[in-house]
Amino acid sequence: MTLIHTSSPHTGRPGHVGGVMRQVILATLPGLAALVWYFGWGPLVNVLWASVLALVFEAAVIKLRRRPVAFYLKDYSAVLTAVLLGLALPPYTPWWVTLVGMFVAIVLAKQLYGGLGQNPFNPAMVGYALLLIAFPVQMTQWAPPVSLSGDNPGLLATLKVIFELTPLPDAFTHATPLDTFKNKGALTQEELWAQVAGLKDSFGAWQAVSLAYLLGGLYLLVRRIITWHIPVAILFALFMVSGFFYGSDPSNFAPPLFHLTMGATMLGAFFIATDPATAATSNKGKLVYGFCIGLLIYIIRSWGNYPDAVAFAVLLMNLAVPFLDYYTRPRTYGHKKANKGIRG
Amino acid sequence: MADYRKITLDGLWHNNPALVQLLGLCPLLAVTGSVVNALGLGIATTLVLIASNLCVSLVRNLVPSTVRLPAFVMIIASFVTCVELLMQAFTFDLYQILGIFIPLIVTNCAILGRADAFASKNPVLPAVLDGAMMGLGFSAVLLLLGGLREALGQGTLFADMQLLFGPAAAHWKLTLVGDYQGFLFAILPPGAFVGMGLIIALKNVIDQRLDQRRAARATPAVASGSKRVRVTG
Repeated sequence: MTLIHTSSPHTGRPGHVGGVMRQVILATLPGLAALVWYFGWGPLVNVLWASVLALVFEAAVIKLRRRPVAFYLKDYSAVLTAVLLGLALPPYTPWWVTLVGMFVAIVLAKQLYGGLGQNPFNPAMVGYALLLIAFPVQMTQWAPPVSLSGDNPGLLATLKVIFELTPLPDAFTHATPLDTFKNKGALTQEELWAQVAGLKDSFGAWQAVSLAYLLGGLYLLVRRIITWHIPVAILFALFMVSGFFYGSDPSNFAPPLFHLTMGATMLGAFFIATDPATAATSNKGKLVYGFCIGLLIYIIRSWGNYPDAVAFAVLLMNLAVPFLDYYTRPRTYGHKKANKGIRG
Repeated sequence: MADYRKITLDGLWHNNPALVQLLGLCPLLAVTGSVVNALGLGIATTLVLIASNLCVSLVRNLVPSTVRLPAFVMIIASFVTCVELLMQAFTFDLYQILGIFIPLIVTNCAILGRADAFASKNPVLPAVLDGAMMGLGFSAVLLLLGGLREALGQGTLFADMQLLFGPAAAHWKLTLVGDYQGFLFAILPPGAFVGMGLIIALKNVIDQRLDQRRAARATPAVASGSKRVRVTG
């Protein structure tokens, strides 16, 4: 039997950056596994390739900035950015698209602002938004679920497609449910479900992926790496506003469950919007921040040009974070009311 | 007496309207999608700048200072109209591409800024030189940004130069990368902001290096052997 011979407080290791980042990466694994299960090896290759690029770019910039390279690489923040971007990319994204995205995410969106903790915008989402604007063709070729296309092309074939040794076969692309819904034209929702082949299959696949993200998100909550405020506010806002419109015109608007489980809602709510460097800091601020993200997701999805909106919604609200933090400062103990603003 | 060397250096580098004063950013960011657009706008702006500086300097003692800004804007607007009509006459296609940004030269703060800050206080010759150098500095940044965005966005340089230089220039187009996929971001406005930021950063880095080198030359090397008294064993 060993005796504890250190003085109090007898807490565990203090939560340092690398530990937190590793936990978040760990929590994305169920989602990654679900993506691989339903969409083939593409997402895994994307995540690994993006991680390699992230480490290379991060090391290069840190070297340029004359700071200790190993110290900063070991905080895993670059890898986390790479994992989030890799999960968001379509499964057969060409290698150079990922390269451009990681360059923008790490060099422009993160290191140019001063590195981890100084970046006002979520680096992975800056990279994603830029890719979506710059390469609309490559970024909208999502793969069909394996169950639908009938064959899983295997790791080697996937690598060949991603590194452009063989062209992307037509059978490897398929509209996501959000795409289908965006371009439904004059069809009512009931007709859409009845007529579009494979919509039910891809709906099921996306639902499973979202559940896996939810699982990872709950793990983060349990480990107290994130607080409940942001994810709950996002999901609540999205549920309420989509429920309102669905209730008013069910044949024209998608049901709340569709919005909650399609696209990047769960990934965004638990992993992307909760980034401590770019999210609001006070609890009240987090609620407003999350609520507005949920609202923006619905607005952009329903009336914008793009089928999904998590990246844009998060970036827009990142912009509002200083404002939110300014007005939601909590009251400090001993003061009658919160000391807002910068006056001494 | 005016220091012509200083005026030249200020316009081209130290007080560059685009990189240091950050004036006239609206046309700068909006039309620099290709070299030919940038060159067209650069020439137009430079011409207006020289002419307006000349006239403002000529009338500087006749215009009461309370109404000087409307007067300067009128002068600038007349020259912009001249340039606009000239472009319609000789480079109509380019005029159509640049569109609203040619009339908008009137509101380019770089021009009004030079008129008010320099031409209205200086004799004709320095004012004209200042206009020319500021215009050249502005055009240089336009060209750099236009070249950068065209190369990144389309993989070409000097495409469509026939719009400005006639049919003989049609084969000036350089294809940098064959079978280039295109990088839409560089051509869209956000690409202009990022490119502009990078160019400004580059200028600041160069200035910093120059300052360091000058400082190193100015302070003589520390003489060998410290002059401090050693107080510890």
